[in-house]
Amino acid sequence: MRLSEHKYRTTSRIAGQLLYVENVHAARIGEVVKVLGPHNIALEGEILEIVKDNILIQLFGETRGLNTENLEIIFTDTIRQVPLARDIIGRRFNGSFEPLDGLPMFYASEWRPARGYPINPVARLGPEEFIETGISAIDGLNTLVKGQKLPIFSCAGLPAKELVAHILQNARLRESSKRFAVIFVALGLTFNEYSFYLEALQNIESEFVAIINMADDPVMERLMAPRFALTVAEYMAFDEDMDILVLVTDMTNYCDALREISNARKELPGRRGYPGYMYSDLASLYERAGRIRDSKGSITMIPVITMPEDDITHPIPDLTGYITEGQIVLSRELHQQGVFPPIDVLPSLSRLMQKGIGPGKTRDDHRDLANQLYKNYAKGRELKKLEAIVGRDGMSEADQLLLDFADLFENEFVHQEKQTRSIYKTLDKGLEILERFDLLQHNLQKKTEA
Amino acid sequence: MKKKTLGKIISISGATVRTDLTGLTLFERVSVGEHNLTGEVVRLDKDGAVLQVYEDPSGLGLNEPVQGHGVSLATTLGPGLLSVMFDGLQRPLDALVEKTGPFIHPIHLSSTLDLTKQWSFTPFVNRGDTVAGGVKIGYVDEGPFQHPIIIPADKNGRVKNIAQGTITLDEPLCELDDGSKIFGYQSWPMRVPRPYRKKISPQGPVVTGQRIIDFLFPLARGGTSIIPGGFGTGKTILEQTIAKHADVDIVIYAGCGERGNEMSELIEEFLHLVDPRTNCPLMDRTVLVVNTSNMPVAAREASIYTAVTLGEYYRDLGFHVLLLADSISRWAEALREISSSLEEMPGEEGYPTYLASRLSSFVERAGVVETLSGDIGSLSMILSVSPPGGDFTEPVTQALLRTSGAFLMLDMTLANSRHFPAINWMQSYSLYQNILADYFKKNISNDWEVLRKLCREIMHKEESLKEIMEIVGIEGLQEQDRLVMTVAEKIRFDFLAQNAYTADAFCEPQKTMDIIRNITDQYLRGQDYTAGKSENETL
Repeated sequence: MRLSEHKYRTTSRIAGQLLYVENVHAARIGEVVKVLGPHNIALEGEILEIVKDNILIQLFGETRGLNTENLEIIFTDTIRQVPLARDIIGRRFNGSFEPLDGLPMFYASEWRPARGYPINPVARLGPEEFIETGISAIDGLNTLVKGQKLPIFSCAGLPAKELVAHILQNARLRESSKRFAVIFVALGLTFNEYSFYLEALQNIESEFVAIINMADDPVMERLMAPRFALTVAEYMAFDEDMDILVLVTDMTNYCDALREISNARKELPGRRGYPGYMYSDLASLYERAGRIRDSKGSITMIPVITMPEDDITHPIPDLTGYITEGQIVLSRELHQQGVFPPIDVLPSLSRLMQKGIGPGKTRDDHRDLANQLYKNYAKGRELKKLEAIVGRDGMSEADQLLLDFADLFENEFVHQEKQTRSIYKTLDKGLEILERFDLLQHNLQKKTEA
Repeated sequence: MKKKTLGKIISISGATVRTDLTGLTLFERVSVGEHNLTGEVVRLDKDGAVLQVYEDPSGLGLNEPVQGHGVSLATTLGPGLLSVMFDGLQRPLDALVEKTGPFIHPIHLSSTLDLTKQWSFTPFVNRGDTVAGGVKIGYVDEGPFQHPIIIPADKNGRVKNIAQGTITLDEPLCELDDGSKIFGYQSWPMRVPRPYRKKISPQGPVVTGQRIIDFLFPLARGGTSIIPGGFGTGKTILEQTIAKHADVDIVIYAGCGERGNEMSELIEEFLHLVDPRTNCPLMDRTVLVVNTSNMPVAAREASIYTAVTLGEYYRDLGFHVLLLADSISRWAEALREISSSLEEMPGEEGYPTYLASRLSSFVERAGVVETLSGDIGSLSMILSVSPPGGDFTEPVTQALLRTSGAFLMLDMTLANSRHFPAINWMQSYSLYQNILADYFKKNISNDWEVLRKLCREIMHKEESLKEIMEIVGIEGLQEQDRLVMTVAEKIRFDFLAQNAYTADAFCEPQKTMDIIRNITDQYLRGQDYTAGKSENETL
């Protein structure tokens, strides 16, 4: 703790959002500074680097109109913190954590660092509770589990936001009496997307908190917004015992912001210009999802990623896939066929599915049924390639059956438009189409009869 | 030990700190700042030093104190390590929970081992005996093991006093005539390989229970296998399945930069699974070193050295040890981050140019050795690699290919068709197969090699017939080719694929042999049949 407030007027250089101050006596890494400029400009910043008495500050917000002579820099001796209180529920904030809904700031009952602290792996509780989304392709084959981080890999022009809205409106924890809330983080959204999501949020029954960074808002705030949101999520989940669903869209904008800031700091670029630490940086967000011992709450995270050039090996989806527990992949082909949601179940995966399904959770035959659907659909899709070469008539009867099965699977199981299916309806639907093609294996049939 | 000295912080950039403290040595351990964060000296200048801090540096301030410890960053070795989960700097995570709750805050924990726990000690040596470094002076009972206590490598002399019965680690077990005291635990600088009498070539297999590995691409004791694969190809599940079943004495599992949920799952499972060899929980033979992706990056870099030093220690006690690291790519990325914050000139893809040499000196710490006390111990490694975009031409995979002995390539296509373990049988290889051929012949079955060749031959044939079949369909193939296709399919489904969630997760070599013999017998009979038929036709 410093005893007096430190104020400096010794700015030596400004470059974009970076500010250099000299002759500083005391400073901390990550310390928040306030910058007061001409015409009542008031900005916040964070100390990035200390080289003897020269300090490098990352500024948040618009830097136009600043000059080196008239800046007053106040060192606060604290690191970036988030105000927390129960009253936060139902509020909307911008990327600097200022209210956007016209209401005054709530009274904070406590403050916590925005970057958070890593969960001790020993203190983690494994995810095991099924979350019903009402979507067959997810519930049936790529089950979402409480405490999981499951991203949606979309492509430009695909209805990711409609899918997310559908999940928001229907997601429920089976037989849960606990409080459930959604935290919505918009990163670099256009006004159009923003108003779509806001309307969806206002139509859901659960409570929500929104942190909004629009496409024309400062880029640095895009990096802070998810951290604010997750600090709020940790508070609501682990202090207030709530089940929290954190929805982040679009992580591609986040990664581009990270690249932009990294470049401004003259760091070495890695693959496609993204910084080498992008994996660790993304992990510091995604890994904040989960459950912990001694707390009833949970944080489940659904980040949305728009894959540049529809390429799943692009660094953003690639690094995300290495951290998250699976992925839901949307397909342009299915979308063109008019299937909604256009989820391609073959590359999609939920790594925690095994934990959330089966006896006492969904239904005894869930795993078997999912395997059979997957296997037959995979075969059918494989045969489609062959069909393109030899034509349908050149194929055996059994192969033609699988081709038809694959079509039906897409059009009746995956495709569900605006309907919502309970997990039982989803599983029955799966059974039904397997039966229709006589593909159901006996062991499964017996089990469901019993 | 050198006297502690005090200096202050003059520059900070991320976790790289510059101090005005002089008289430090390279790789010396330091305490940084008011909260005594752990750090290491990485560069020395005329008027100071550059330090790497192993914890979250936020809040670290200018002019805060820096203190040298006079020793390198070291790993603590002794009884009580088994079944514990450590972070990259070997701090017990359980103890951390007690101190800072479910979230990890930067904190300095003084002791790795519980020094007050009571052990029952049985000495091997008597007063007046001469002992040297590496000599076993007795053992304590630890779970299913007798944990030998060895003289630290740099000590020798005549035994003046030796304890017996109940002991704790904080009191000396033995005193030598030169006054030096021997405790039940010792420490060793993690970046330095531990000494041994001599190295022996790899011999005998590490039986993993995975048919495709044991039969086609075996790992020898003292050898190294690498498992590269894109995300979703099942690296972690394969590593964990091997960790459960491998026929070794001790397993060191390093979760390096991976998911937190996976680690909690692993502990949960290992506590409940029973090791059939000892009838004790699997956890009793396991040490976990965990630095998940969201824990400090620099400690991630240190974590694999902590793990390998632990592995070498158990090797020196005469055990067969398997080190599994998941994943080496995350370690390399940590190295890259540190290197870039030190403003070093980057090599390929931003990795420092010393990536390959660091990796090869790490892999060289595996091996079979004759220990200082004359026992045979081994340290084998299975390292997973996460190549970006699943592209194996990247530097980490390429550097490891040159130093490791077996390459188990995970294939995205196989994973997508839910064939697990998704090891590609066409491109993977093991350089240990010749060394191990004799062993399998002698201990399992005479025709091991014959069947192995036959199996590979069938899979090769299938590969070349596959394209033709895609066009003409299986009906369009000749009869003997159709036979190849059916048998190959059987090999894939019933032999190479193995479900990690059923009893099939572990397969004894004898059973492996029975299954493959069964399938190849069908093949040979089918071949005789078709050959007979064509003969009849010509007649």
